[in-house]
Amino acid sequence: MDSILRRINWPLWVGLLLTLAAFMSYFFVFVWFPITRDFPWANFVLFVLAGVLLFMGLRRGFASGRPHPTRSKIISVIVSVFSVLVIGLFVFAYFVGGRMLPASKGAPQVGQRAPDFTLPDTTGKQTSLSELMTTPINGKAPRGVLLIFYRGYW
Amino acid sequence: MCNSELRGIEKSLDKLSEVGIRPVAISVDPPDVSRDHAKQQGYTFPLLSDQNVEVIKRYDLVHAGAGENGHDIARPAELLLDSTGTVRWINLTENYWVRARPEQVLEVSKLLK
Repeated sequence: MDSILRRINWPLWVGLLLTLAAFMSYFFVFVWFPITRDFPWANFVLFVLAGVLLFMGLRRGFASGRPHPTRSKIISVIVSVFSVLVIGLFVFAYFVGGRMLPASKGAPQVGQRAPDFTLPDTTGKQTSLSELMTTPINGKAPRGVLLIFYRGYW
Repeated sequence: MCNSELRGIEKSLDKLSEVGIRPVAISVDPPDVSRDHAKQQGYTFPLLSDQNVEVIKRYDLVHAGAGENGHDIARPAELLLDSTGTVRWINLTENYWVRARPEQVLEVSKLLK
């Protein structure tokens, strides 16, 4: 066991796995909680840990006395570069990609009347904004309607 | 991100009803897609279909070419209207990873008469 751990560059491989897990975990876990969704700090913490392991793995890959020095160096560089690209993609998607939204300067402003509309619901029934504003909620007239525009199912 | 936001609304539906707010979600998805989507996710509030992007355009919330196959879709946005249809609050996120939270809506619901 001890000799296997010494022969295998485990920090490198654990660093790679942690990088992939940190990337995927946003979409499968952290997106569901506003506190980890709006700013993906949990993913960034995991990326930092992965970075430390990758750095250790890189040093280990270049250490003297490795059984296959050339192979060890090449593999540790490839794995590290790939992992850094994955981390970079995530950081780019959040800080740059996420901000690629139109300014929507012509959207209704506070104090303005919202444009009326009639649209089909999931059963195909035409539904108007005025209906939504007058149909009672639990027997009482609604005090307001929250319109949520979203990007769609996919 | 969208499902995360809508799921939050569904979970807060009782609280929203208590303060008299009806959430309504609008996207370019056709009714049958929205129906399956609502069923799968358990949404019980209305999902409306603006397939021709007309209403989204009228509200200036089009995100041109951002959908599947370069179709126009809505950018994420939330508007709270009072019972006269006047906008009392609008949230235009600058980053689509960042969405309105139900607590925010409950807080601004105090602005309603």
